[in-house]
Amino acid sequence: MMLSGVMAGPSAPPAATELPTTYVTLNLAGQLCGVPVSAVRDVLRQQPIAPVPMAPPDVAGNLNLRGRIVTAINLRRRLNLPPAPPGLQPMALVTESNGELYALLVDQVCEVLSPDRKRFEPNPPTLPVTWTKYSAGLYRLENSLMIVLDLSRLLALSVEAS
Amino acid sequence: MDELLIDFLTETAESLAALDDALLQLERVPDDPEMLAVVFRMVHTIKGTCGFLSLPRLERVAHVAEDLLGDVRDGKLPANAALITVVLGALDRIKLIVSGIVATGLEPDGDDTDLLAELRDMRTRGPAPEPEPAITLDFDTLEMLPPGTIESLAAQIAEAVPMAEATPEAAHGQPAQTIRLDVNVLENLMILVSELVLTRNQLMQIARTETDSRFTAPLQRLSHLTSDLQEGVVKTRMSPILGAWNKLPRIVRDLASELGKQIDLVMLGKETELDRQVLELIRDPLIHMVRNSADHGLESPAVRLASGKPAHGTITLSSFHEGGQIVIEVADDGAGLSTERIRARALAQGLASSAELATMTERQVQRFIFAPGFSTASAVTSVSGRGVGMDVVKTNIERLGGTVDLRSVAGRGTTFTVKIPLTLAIISALIVEAGGQRFALPQICVAELVRAEGSGSLEEGALVVERVDGTPVLRLRDQLLPLVNLRDLLQMDAQAAMNSADPTALTVVVATLGGTTLGLVVDQVFDTEEIVVKPVSPMLRHIKVFSGNTILGDGAVIMILDPNGLSRAVGHAGLTATVKDRPVDTQAAATERTGDRSAMLLVRLAPDASPVAMPLGLVARIESIAREDIEFTSDQPVTQYRGQLMPLMALDSSLAMADHVPVLVFADRGRSVGLMVEEIVDVVEDQLFIELVSSRPGLLGTAVIAGRVTEIIDAGHWLKQGWEDWFSDNPGPRNAKQLHLLVVEDSAFFRQLLIPTLSAAGYHVTAVDSAMKALALRDAAVPAEFDAIISDVEMPGMDGLQFARLLKEGGPWMDIPLIALSGRFNPIDIRRGGAAGFCEYLGKFDREALLAALRRHLDQHERQAA
Repeated sequence: MMLSGVMAGPSAPPAATELPTTYVTLNLAGQLCGVPVSAVRDVLRQQPIAPVPMAPPDVAGNLNLRGRIVTAINLRRRLNLPPAPPGLQPMALVTESNGELYALLVDQVCEVLSPDRKRFEPNPPTLPVTWTKYSAGLYRLENSLMIVLDLSRLLALSVEAS
Repeated sequence: MDELLIDFLTETAESLAALDDALLQLERVPDDPEMLAVVFRMVHTIKGTCGFLSLPRLERVAHVAEDLLGDVRDGKLPANAALITVVLGALDRIKLIVSGIVATGLEPDGDDTDLLAELRDMRTRGPAPEPEPAITLDFDTLEMLPPGTIESLAAQIAEAVPMAEATPEAAHGQPAQTIRLDVNVLENLMILVSELVLTRNQLMQIARTETDSRFTAPLQRLSHLTSDLQEGVVKTRMSPILGAWNKLPRIVRDLASELGKQIDLVMLGKETELDRQVLELIRDPLIHMVRNSADHGLESPAVRLASGKPAHGTITLSSFHEGGQIVIEVADDGAGLSTERIRARALAQGLASSAELATMTERQVQRFIFAPGFSTASAVTSVSGRGVGMDVVKTNIERLGGTVDLRSVAGRGTTFTVKIPLTLAIISALIVEAGGQRFALPQICVAELVRAEGSGSLEEGALVVERVDGTPVLRLRDQLLPLVNLRDLLQMDAQAAMNSADPTALTVVVATLGGTTLGLVVDQVFDTEEIVVKPVSPMLRHIKVFSGNTILGDGAVIMILDPNGLSRAVGHAGLTATVKDRPVDTQAAATERTGDRSAMLLVRLAPDASPVAMPLGLVARIESIAREDIEFTSDQPVTQYRGQLMPLMALDSSLAMADHVPVLVFADRGRSVGLMVEEIVDVVEDQLFIELVSSRPGLLGTAVIAGRVTEIIDAGHWLKQGWEDWFSDNPGPRNAKQLHLLVVEDSAFFRQLLIPTLSAAGYHVTAVDSAMKALALRDAAVPAEFDAIISDVEMPGMDGLQFARLLKEGGPWMDIPLIALSGRFNPIDIRRGGAAGFCEYLGKFDREALLAALRRHLDQHERQAA
């Protein structure tokens, strides 16, 4: 089912051939994740975010990126992960979807990686349910797993959100 | 769809609209060869093009219509009403086919034989002759005519002549050079310019904190260029209101024949421009209103003649700009609304109880026609009267951020007034704070700002929160306003809700939300700002209380409140159910305090600042001073003015120096100080409801002027500083013995104006806010002594006239000169004032006149006493 979803979506690349080669990696509740570098417009740290009353719980609010209004998404909330420890200043990855800008709030933005594509594999059945929904597969790196986030799913208007 | 076909459809739609209009003109002036040629050419073009694009059905209809028009052009057939009706029928068919093509890309199926037969029939047999319009008379007949006939004929001819002259001009009045542009290109430009404006505002904000920056001059230039660019781009989105009106002549004509009425449609201000987007959205409500006027407003010719009116009813459409808004009026000269019928209907539909109706004013009753499902038409016609009329109009106009109201005079007609913003892209908004966050509330729904006490007694006109059935309300003039806390509406921090606590003072925005006026309680009110409306992210679009978001000058992102959404939220909370627009009993309404009428000067203090107001009475003169006439004495700009050096002040250092600077001159005891301003915007004289703000020195308060909340500045406060520096070494003449004045004035605003003015003139001033308090001073164990008393006339409780009569009856103050200050200033009032015992009756607020009167009477008084 997951695989067919990937194959069907025109934006989601079919497994090996069109797989992005370079990823911006990030840390989310201790899990290493990757986002295709081509999808990242900006990396921000400690931006003032204006909360929006009555917004869905995973929408942290709005922020001003050089005169454009960006919707900030609390990824921990979105993925049903435990809330960030107090004092942690989240960083933001800015990405675009359907002409709208979104800032994904993560614990930390790490480095840019170009992993060997032979290390890519689809979601294993052992992957916790929290992740399967938004994972497009994963890379087995030297000493960790990197989950490739499926941005189009992350930014889709989920029923739970509204 | 084929690009060629798209072009054809666009062009045809335009020609069809123009054709309707042209045909109606032709009907009025049947033999105008030029108009005939225009009509013929347009039909011909349509026919030719559809042959080329192989649209056979369309071509057939256009072809036969063209043949018929050809005969008219060649003079074989007269262009009378019967013929025009047939041609209009053909046009309707063409429109139908065209809209079919727009929808599907293909010609819709259909049978046109009837229409074609009618057209051909008309061509062969000619239209039924009309009554001979021209009359030939010989002198004998003329002698026999009743007196006055010739005069009325002459008047009719005179009326017809300008119409005939106007026609060719309209045909030539096409724009010289135009280009077709994709709307998206303009939309993108608009977005970019909006961003540029925001960036500019941010830069200006930074620059304001830095004095002597090298950036100041280029920034100023950038600012001007940006404003010009914005204006230019906004202009590209503008089109004349005629675009929303051009279908109306045809609609009115059809309605007239359907209803058996005679209707003239007069259109004034066709060229008034507004945003295309707004234009599209206002078109249908306007059509609805005109239909309504034709059907309900105007009487049948027989009824009109019986009531001494001309058989022809007139519907007048007019539009003009007013205070950043466009005003559109739809007026008819019909019978006016029957309040009796509306009352009966409102009662029958359960919209109000008979007790409520009995206390309502005419206007309140008339507004029932905007209630959902309301209709007074006794017969349901095909035109209107189905009860889906004015409430839909009202909803649609409010969706645009506009308002609609009506005025109706029995026997004279009804006028609907629509006010809508010029553009939806940039709006003027009041920035408010609730629950620690700022929000933008569109200015158009803000009526006024007031402060209310959470508890306390009801006397002295103080605004106090009361409770009706447990709902907090505010009694403001003749209305009980339900109070709703914005925090609650936005579901923020529920524990701080005003129901649980009894806060000491509330800031209340009196707002009209979806037809209900209520008091919106906010934590704080900031300025009004011009904001660029940006759509909210799809993830937040389901939150109906917001209509958009924006970035303020300080870079903060804030949400824009949607009045209609808020109104729904209020409805859900069930907060207005108990006290919806309920008028207070008539007694309370009779003692309502009207606002003080005062003249305000609207000025812009800095290039991008919103206009602020100051009482005109404070300003001695307005001058324009050339830049080269401004000199500097120890960093203080001064100018030679009437043989003296006059210091020049500016309240904002970012004032752009034009070649000529408008300067407001304030004079006091022979000395003058000039206040340089960016621009003098307007002088407004109106009933102002002034809300006092005491938190900021130099700010007298705020008032709604020309539809927007405007700050009223205390120029005196600012000038005094510069004044003291400047004149400290040459003090003006002081009165050896300080004279003591008593000011009786219920308006805190005027007290704040009078006290500094009189103090500055060297008097010692005591001020009280009611006649009762003044009398208490007189009747105290040791009566206070005054040299003169200045009293307001219109005051709640004891008014100025009663007060004057009481003083003159006897007592320690019997001989003190008594000066009246009044907003009402006409001979009758002045006489009344004189009879009551006032020795002077002055308008509010003429500083010079007041000081002169004081000098006059105090000198006299002293001489008499001596």
